[in-house]
Amino acid sequence: MSEVRLLVGTRKGAFVLTSDGKRRQWAISGPHFAGWEIYHLKGSPVEPNRLYASQSSGWFGQKIQRSNDAGKTWEAVGDKFVYAGNPGTHQWYDGTQRPWAFKRIWHLEPSLAEPDTVYAGAEDAALFRSADGGQTWEELAGLRNAKGHLWSPGAGGMGLHTILLDPSRPQRIFVAISAAGVFRTEDSGKTWRPVNRGLKSLYELPDPDAEVGHCVHRIARHPSRPGVLFMQKHWDVLRSDNAGESWDEVSGNLPSDFGFPIAVHAHEPETIYVVPIKSDSEHFPPEAKLRVYRSRTGGNEWEALTRGLPQSDCYVNVLRGAMTVDSLAPCGVYFGTTGGQVYASADAGDAWTPIVRDFPAVLSVEVQTLP
Amino acid sequence: MIRIVLPFHLRRLAEVEGEVQLPVEQPVTLGSVLDALEARYPVLCGTMRDHVTLRRRPFVRFFACEQDLSQEPPDTPLPGPVVTGAEPFLVVGAMAGG
Repeated sequence: MSEVRLLVGTRKGAFVLTSDGKRRQWAISGPHFAGWEIYHLKGSPVEPNRLYASQSSGWFGQKIQRSNDAGKTWEAVGDKFVYAGNPGTHQWYDGTQRPWAFKRIWHLEPSLAEPDTVYAGAEDAALFRSADGGQTWEELAGLRNAKGHLWSPGAGGMGLHTILLDPSRPQRIFVAISAAGVFRTEDSGKTWRPVNRGLKSLYELPDPDAEVGHCVHRIARHPSRPGVLFMQKHWDVLRSDNAGESWDEVSGNLPSDFGFPIAVHAHEPETIYVVPIKSDSEHFPPEAKLRVYRSRTGGNEWEALTRGLPQSDCYVNVLRGAMTVDSLAPCGVYFGTTGGQVYASADAGDAWTPIVRDFPAVLSVEVQTLP
Repeated sequence: MIRIVLPFHLRRLAEVEGEVQLPVEQPVTLGSVLDALEARYPVLCGTMRDHVTLRRRPFVRFFACEQDLSQEPPDTPLPGPVVTGAEPFLVVGAMAGG
């Protein structure tokens, strides 16, 4: 019987939720690191009991935790994130240049092949890599040469929030950065370039087609089609069929194309999920109805998924890292809310059940499908 | 021995309960106590002061003998009662307000 392990990062700690393949009954472990913000935790694809967690605090800074036993015990590893060389400056809100300064790790992405290799996405935006299980970190500084001096933080901070590793081309990595855009390397992180053609930010940027500066909220792809990317931008849902060389809007009939997360079905590469939010000014669902929207056509044609979700007086948000899919059949879909609910669907989104209702605000949800 | 009181989250990180007691060579200064604390508990590196610049983190405070030493330079001598162990040195998470 398969097992599913959900890794939930919240404003006040981490939780590990486990279930069998039926995904009806869940055991909850946590909070781990109670009282700390856990922006993200994720397991190694090659050693699933190896977990990494980003633990941070406005008072006491950044810690990285590692577990080798699926979260039963944890060990603090390295947290010295130092920008390489003289990092220079980036654009600030008032138009001046501001020195790069480390604030926190938003995202941890374990290697697809090496359990001791893990990538970390930082605010102020930078990509770090560890090859020793998180003990030491080295910045892949070429990323900031991709017009980093023009990146400027949005209200949520200039965080590198998405790291996509390519299972078929290990030298290729995509990252996405708030208020900067999507960037791609073809040489394992030495050199990077922006891949934002087709993105339009009419009300966010003076030049709507700028090469950098777009507020990309999340990108996702199916492992069998690594060149096909889906994006939830600040406004607009888009897709790229050429590894980011160009993007086309596929918002279609969504009630709002503002939102944060986007996910791809585990077995249907053209089935994607978003959670529309009313607007950038009102971060709650349209009509106060919590609806996941599913497209089975890779975008443009969307259907609302509502069974089991609150359809009145709902004012939660779903953050960019808080939706994921398992690889069972039927595909399980999971998301967490700022109201502390974690919802699960064991039938690809047709029906939803809250696993928990009263967690702290959920920052991230990852899932591991175990044999 | 220098007695040090850590805030809850740092006690959890360092896996200690109650006060920490550390030998610190003379002269006992703000910086030398923090150095000794981080040497004994490396997990605390970066939590009280920046890894590289060693500047105090903005929402961490250092108190001793009813004095706020947070703004003082690292070579500031700690008060006599802290040096003799009569009084503790306090690492404090600043009030969050609200």
